[in-house]
Amino acid sequence: MDPLSLARFQYAATTIYHFLFVPLSIGLVFIVAIMETLYVVKKDDVYKKMSKFWGKLFLINFAIGVVTGILQEFQFGMNWSNYSRFMGDIFGAPLAIEALLAFFLESTFIGIWNFGWDRLSKRIHLVSIWLVSIGTILSAVWILTANSFMQEPVGFVVRNGRAEMTDFFALVKNPQLWVELPHTIFGSFATGAFLITGISAIMLLKKRDIEFFKKSFHIGITVGLISGVLLAFAGHDQAKHLVQSQPMKMAASEGLWKDSGNPAAWTVLASINPKTHENTAEVKIPYLLSYLSYGKFDGKVKGMETLQKQYEQKYGKGNYIPPVRTTFWSFRIMSLAGLALCALGIVGAFLAFRKKLVESKWFLRIMVAAMSLPYIGSITGWIMTEIGRQPWTVFGLMKTADSVSPNVSSGELLFSIISFLGAYTLLAVVMVYLFVRVIKQGPSMKQEDPKVISNDPFDREAYHLVAK
Amino acid sequence: MSLNELWFLLISVLFVGFFFLEGYDYGVGMATRFLAKNEVERRVLINTIGPFWDSNEVWMITAGGAMFAAFPNWYATLFSGFYVPLVLMLLLLIARGTAFEFRGKVGNSNWRNTWDWLIFLASLLVPLLWGVVFSAIVHGLPIDHNMNMDAAFSSYLNMYTILGGLAITLLCFFHGLVFICLRTVGDLQRRARQMAKKVIGILAIFLIAFVIATYFSTDLFSVRGGLLVPIYALVVIFLALSGYFLAKKRDGWAFGMNAAVIALTIASLFVGLFPRVMISNIKSAYDLTIYNAASGSYSLTVMSIVAVTLLPFVLGYTIWSYIVFRKRVHKDQHLEY
Ligand code: HDD
Ligand code: HEM
Ligand code: HEM
Repeated sequence: MDPLSLARFQYAATTIYHFLFVPLSIGLVFIVAIMETLYVVKKDDVYKKMSKFWGKLFLINFAIGVVTGILQEFQFGMNWSNYSRFMGDIFGAPLAIEALLAFFLESTFIGIWNFGWDRLSKRIHLVSIWLVSIGTILSAVWILTANSFMQEPVGFVVRNGRAEMTDFFALVKNPQLWVELPHTIFGSFATGAFLITGISAIMLLKKRDIEFFKKSFHIGITVGLISGVLLAFAGHDQAKHLVQSQPMKMAASEGLWKDSGNPAAWTVLASINPKTHENTAEVKIPYLLSYLSYGKFDGKVKGMETLQKQYEQKYGKGNYIPPVRTTFWSFRIMSLAGLALCALGIVGAFLAFRKKLVESKWFLRIMVAAMSLPYIGSITGWIMTEIGRQPWTVFGLMKTADSVSPNVSSGELLFSIISFLGAYTLLAVVMVYLFVRVIKQGPSMKQEDPKVISNDPFDREAYHLVAK
Repeated sequence: MSLNELWFLLISVLFVGFFFLEGYDYGVGMATRFLAKNEVERRVLINTIGPFWDSNEVWMITAGGAMFAAFPNWYATLFSGFYVPLVLMLLLLIARGTAFEFRGKVGNSNWRNTWDWLIFLASLLVPLLWGVVFSAIVHGLPIDHNMNMDAAFSSYLNMYTILGGLAITLLCFFHGLVFICLRTVGDLQRRARQMAKKVIGILAIFLIAFVIATYFSTDLFSVRGGLLVPIYALVVIFLALSGYFLAKKRDGWAFGMNAAVIALTIASLFVGLFPRVMISNIKSAYDLTIYNAASGSYSLTVMSIVAVTLLPFVLGYTIWSYIVFRKRVHKDQHLEY
């Protein structure tokens, strides 16, 4: 295989893997912070137990998020050195800010939170978990600033053969960022929320620690419902923006070869043939595409053939149509996942409100399976976003084929792919094992060493010695 | 000072911070086999760095990010050039970062042993790899007219770089031992101090050998001899002072003096490079410098404002975290990891 395909494969695999852990970190720590707030406000120990129990899962997940993130950062230099040379001026800045502003905050306060249960006052301890949560969100803000530039370059000139920043605030105000960020954040909150409801559902089915998991479920379903609905709205905003900024991606994700009629119908399902530019067996809903694209019930949407001609005029000869089937289906799977999240959120909130949760076994079983929905949504979302942008790495500026490191051989790439995928597979197995273990132990985690005697001459206070 | 110079300085500071901070936690990692006698002691050692290692590692991540932002060509050449060593380093970092979190989660000694070995190996090999990489940078690498480095193992593995790797590793090990003196009590502390006294002799030999080798096999002294001679004189003095304070059981002072040794040693490499960032051994016209590797001045200005605003906060809460966890770690207390 040629280095380009290998580099792409490695990038896609490792990035998707990183993003399996990212949303859960962002979502779970946010909900743990809510739980600890409830503990401090209501002074009820059950909420402390909750923060510790769910916090444990968060910490396991976070550790993998961190180590896979380091690989992400190195990877740009290792596999995509031409991209790094071309884009460093702009791409590096948000990345460095992310490290300074977010990574230090996260990592320091996670240490303080994890090791500080008995050394800090309740309030300071609470502040530290909120700072971790803010850190994870800031991290998303800055990395998505970089990613948004790649979707929609702003505030730059091309000089000396590379993109140079001319307006930092344009980068931060990039409209793409402000549709992409809320969507990603709400998706992350939903991931955390549905993990909590899913695990709670397992325990409720097993009738273990019923009170604890009912309360957890309530918090989870509340966050899940709210973020699910906001997620869908944010997604709609993105679609409206996409028609303007990357019409080709929108057309591809609709399987729209020729210009649509007015008003445009939304294709639910289709069998797409990218060779002949024809779809068969289409199922369509009238008006809906106009609504998705413009927020009203009329308006035409341009098709890929028209756009291909326009792009060729603008950027020169070449194929500007991304892999249509992938883009089309990933968009559909994501949207379906989003609708399912909203529906489950509503039903769950209703059942919880009517105090019928524990009896509704069928629903609890669905909620167990629903843990996977946000993951499916995130993965297909990124696949649509990134593959739909092909052949570009930076839209309109740099093609993927020109981004790769010229001095890295296929052999080296194979070596790194095999090593990383091997390590990642092991990590996934370990993580699942640990999750199952922690869950089986349940919230009444037995303390390992309650009897504590100090002979440290530096200990004046005795309080911190009481085991947590 | 121009912006390019400022960013060269900032990146040096980030790397110095990285070796100073993460240096001790690598050293503690090495001590889990060389010093600890049993599982309980290993656990105590790992918990001395428990709240800190993650933010220490962020110094490296930030150095990488800053390099990407300020000198994209440096970042691109370095990271794509050292491909295989970096893959190994990443694997080790992946193992190490997860091992801390996972080792205590299952109460089975095989489980813990596996993760502890990974912590040990990674703590030993990552500084070794960084040492090799940094020595290779000052030694010169096959960088062509397109700034691409087409390196084989033999381009960066030689007596000089191996010596450099070992010197950095020993430096971290010594640093870790003194840190253990500061953070533990009783027998463990006493033995750490004894071992540190032995290691400092070996460290001195390797450091001096490295300086001499640098004199003969690189051009650093001919370029910046006027600065490097006093720097290395200070290195020797501070190392001697560190040994002196250790003998007097003034661990805090010993740690501080060795911090100066680390800072000066790492800084000396950057001083010797300046204004180059990577040296080509094909032709000196192909050297990467702080000018031809840099981002545009607008980007550098923005980054400077951001960095100067944010760094004080980072330093502030980092110091605060050391105050929160100032108490020594003890085997009978609750150990999180
Ligand atoms: C929307 C959010 C998001 C996205 C798109 C990415 N990350 Fe990430 N990253 C995070 C959100 C995040 C986080 C929430 O801050 C993490 C993940 C889980 C965690 O534990 O921290 C993190 C960890 C993390 C770390 C370790 C930080 C530490 O030590 O604390 C690095 C170096 C990166 N990431 C770098 C990247 C790069 C180079 C990406 C581009 C491909 C990337 N991340 C995509
Ligand atoms: C974390 C969520 C993300 C996922 C799951 C993801 C996934 C992908 C996928 C599937 C590709 C296409 C691979 C291909 O067909 O070649 C791609 C390309 C790319 N993405 Fe992302 N991406 C994510 C975030 C980001 C971010 C935040 C950035 C930058 C800040 C980024 C930078 C890139 C680059 C440079 C490419 C071009 C390389 C290539 O085409 O393979 N990605 N990504
Ligand atoms: C309710 C239905 C949904 C709609 C209408 C929707 C819409 C969109 C659109 C249009 C994009 C592409 C933006 C671009 O390429 O510029 C996108 C991307 C994405 N979606 Fe969705 N989405 C929905 C549900 C979900 C769900 C359930 C998740 C997962 C929790 C999710 C996660 C993502 C992610 C991670 C991306 C890539 C990052 C980004 O561009 O924001 N989406 N979504």
